Amino acid sequence: MKARVHVMLKDGVLDPQGAAVKHALGALGFDGVDGVRQGKVIELDLADGATEAQVGEMCEKLLANTVIESYRIEVL
Amino acid sequence: MKAAVVQFPGSNCDRDMAVALEKSGVDVTIVWHKDAALPSGVDLVAIPGGFSFGDYLRCGAIAANSPICNAVVDHANAGGYVLGVCNGFQILTETGLLPGALLRNAGLKYICRTVGLKIETSNSAYTEGYNAGSEIGVPIAHHDGNYFADDATIAALQGEGRVAFTYTDNPNGSRGDIAGILSENRRVLGMMPHPERAFEDAHGNTDGQRLFAGLMAQLASA
Repeated sequence: MKARVHVMLKDGVLDPQGAAVKHALGALGFDGVDGVRQGKVIELDLADGATEAQVGEMCEKLLANTVIESYRIEVL
Repeated sequence: MKAAVVQFPGSNCDRDMAVALEKSGVDVTIVWHKDAALPSGVDLVAIPGGFSFGDYLRCGAIAANSPICNAVVDHANAGGYVLGVCNGFQILTETGLLPGALLRNAGLKYICRTVGLKIETSNSAYTEGYNAGSEIGVPIAHHDGNYFADDATIAALQGEGRVAFTYTDNPNGSRGDIAGILSENRRVLGMMPHPERAFEDAHGNTDGQRLFAGLMAQLASA
């Protein structure tokens, strides 16, 4: 099984990198970008029998810091 | 009086921390991140600055899950003293010993300079050598020092007098200008500025010395 974990800063947590990307897009002439949020994608190659619940535990314990980040698990 | 300084791959302030503690009269042992236990009889664990595990994933995240950190958490939960500076502060928030998290600096730049700090409380072993309300200068050197916690946590930290230091001129966007915080029992301190780099005359600034002196006085009387 493969799983993909999307980690994003929570709404309300300042994302200075996203803000810098938004600024750079504006400088390149891409108008109409109202906001940019930057996150990360982590792909997991899992042994047979792994469960989505286990991936959830991985997210809670290590992959995301739930004080500032939310995560979404996609089973591939 | 015994202290352990934890060394991770990528720590770079471990020796500075050890020297500051040794010159304050402490018997210092450097411990490796793969050690599962602290040396017996350790009063203080110091988690130094640096870039543990290359700051991969998140600053401090991988270090916080290393074998030695389980021992550090047990030490803190048993009432032991823990001082985390810079990357050490990031690691302490990742272990959950201190609330909140350290985000990328609001201005996105790595900042390395001396900043003004206001002593918010003298009610801790770390800050009892200072007068509350007084100002000192201590160097910072970080890319991710932007302290974040939710409103309720910030209010609790402020209400319980657990904000140890604030910036006089916020360099990184930290909520509430917070530069350092204490645990509920006031024995765990996390701070982004580096007191060990403002320790002896050769540093050109000795404002950090009283933090170590106060700590030693407290530990000696314990």
